[in-house]
Amino acid sequence: MQLMSAKGMVIKMQKEIFTRMGDGQLIKMSSAQIKEDIASGTFDAADRGKIPELTSDDQEQLYEIIADENRVVSVRHGEEVVLTDDVSYIRLNQDEGASGGIGIPISPMLSMLVHERAFAQDSAVMGATGFTGKAEFNWKLQEIETTNLLLTVPMLYVSGPNLITFYKPEGRFDNPTDLLPQGKIKEARQVQEEAAEASIEDLVWLSRHLAEVGIDCLNLDTIAAHGDTDFFVALTAVQKLKKLVPEMAIEMGMASEFVMGMHGQITFNGKRLAGMYPHEQLKIAEEAGVDIFGPVINVNRSRSFPWNLSRVVTFIKYTSEVSNIPIHPNVGVAVCGVPMCSVPPIDCVSRVAKALAQIGKADGL
Amino acid sequence: MPIAHGIAAGMGGIRTAGDLVMRMQLSRRMRLPEAKRYVAEKLKVSSLELSDEYVMRNVRAELGIGTVTSLVGGSNGMAAKCRIAELLGIEISSVNRFKEKAGLIGLNR
Repeated sequence: MQLMSAKGMVIKMQKEIFTRMGDGQLIKMSSAQIKEDIASGTFDAADRGKIPELTSDDQEQLYEIIADENRVVSVRHGEEVVLTDDVSYIRLNQDEGASGGIGIPISPMLSMLVHERAFAQDSAVMGATGFTGKAEFNWKLQEIETTNLLLTVPMLYVSGPNLITFYKPEGRFDNPTDLLPQGKIKEARQVQEEAAEASIEDLVWLSRHLAEVGIDCLNLDTIAAHGDTDFFVALTAVQKLKKLVPEMAIEMGMASEFVMGMHGQITFNGKRLAGMYPHEQLKIAEEAGVDIFGPVINVNRSRSFPWNLSRVVTFIKYTSEVSNIPIHPNVGVAVCGVPMCSVPPIDCVSRVAKALAQIGKADGL
Repeated sequence: MPIAHGIAAGMGGIRTAGDLVMRMQLSRRMRLPEAKRYVAEKLKVSSLELSDEYVMRNVRAELGIGTVTSLVGGSNGMAAKCRIAELLGIEISSVNRFKEKAGLIGLNR
């Protein structure tokens, strides 16, 4: 069908495609608008990360994935990847705040078996629910040993520096976010270095116990959530653990695409950590001894899903190209293109997975 | 959400050979194509068949490395992992600990 304008010109009907905003809201965009946002998204990522933009073929392939008329999309036969996660032990029994928990009263051990056998995941993870201090950790170790007798898939344990808990009011160190606004830069740096030492000691203590009960992999999660010092703690702990318990693999999942300079001057192997983007984070993680790296790309709620996913694929494709170890981009709520809403729409989730496997060349998710 | 990712792009865990490929990433840092090739060779199937439930259900049952559907008398959990370690030629910490405690160390290592 052709429509005529008031001046008698032919107006081409542009097909409208269902997609979403970064906050999950369902919208319609024309194919031209989607292609424009893909181009704009890849430019933004390339500009920020000083990395190559997606090729025109990549952009066209990404457009086909996004514009697919089917609500759920998937990879072709043989393109499947493996999955790790950070919440299988609490996904069923906790609340929405705990990574989308659904409130079924079930133990972490049973939750992990459901994860393995009903959700058909490639690994399952235990974590620190119910563990309030070192004195009670024996209970958790017993739970790990029992669960590991029943699990067939690799068993992970999730933890991290969690530096924020070392600062007042929860912890014993002065809080750098109180000191920085007062202009006490030197004091803020000093206290972060002291907290880092304590956090490294805790992580090493925890991990040695985990290795003793046969955990397959330590999943260091949400790394650099408190900036460069947080990243330093994780890297240093990995370096120590690879000498102490080399049989235990270590996955490192990041908190965001950019390492904030809460300290600003802290280095690892002579490299400044503040300001690192995913491909740079990966290389320093490799140096520390990390076995699987989980890059994160932020989501902008005010931009479209095509714009966000284009940025994500640009960063992940380059990170995969320069990597010597498997990479598992984090694809939970509000990271790597998954919209920032409590119940992420399945159309976006499946498109993120497909795009990262096919164009991003991820080894897992 | 894990189900959505699994349907869109996941290997399928013990429905297929996802856990075995995962183990090669963890124990040898193998990138995905290499890990798939390694496991396929050990199982004597093609890389494509690693994610095929029709093929892998029988392969897993025959090898005693765990099936997603429960089989009376079948291997799952630690029994399956003992066989997986041997089949893939890798060390699994929980298996080694179990064998040490059961006095089996040296029999199959």
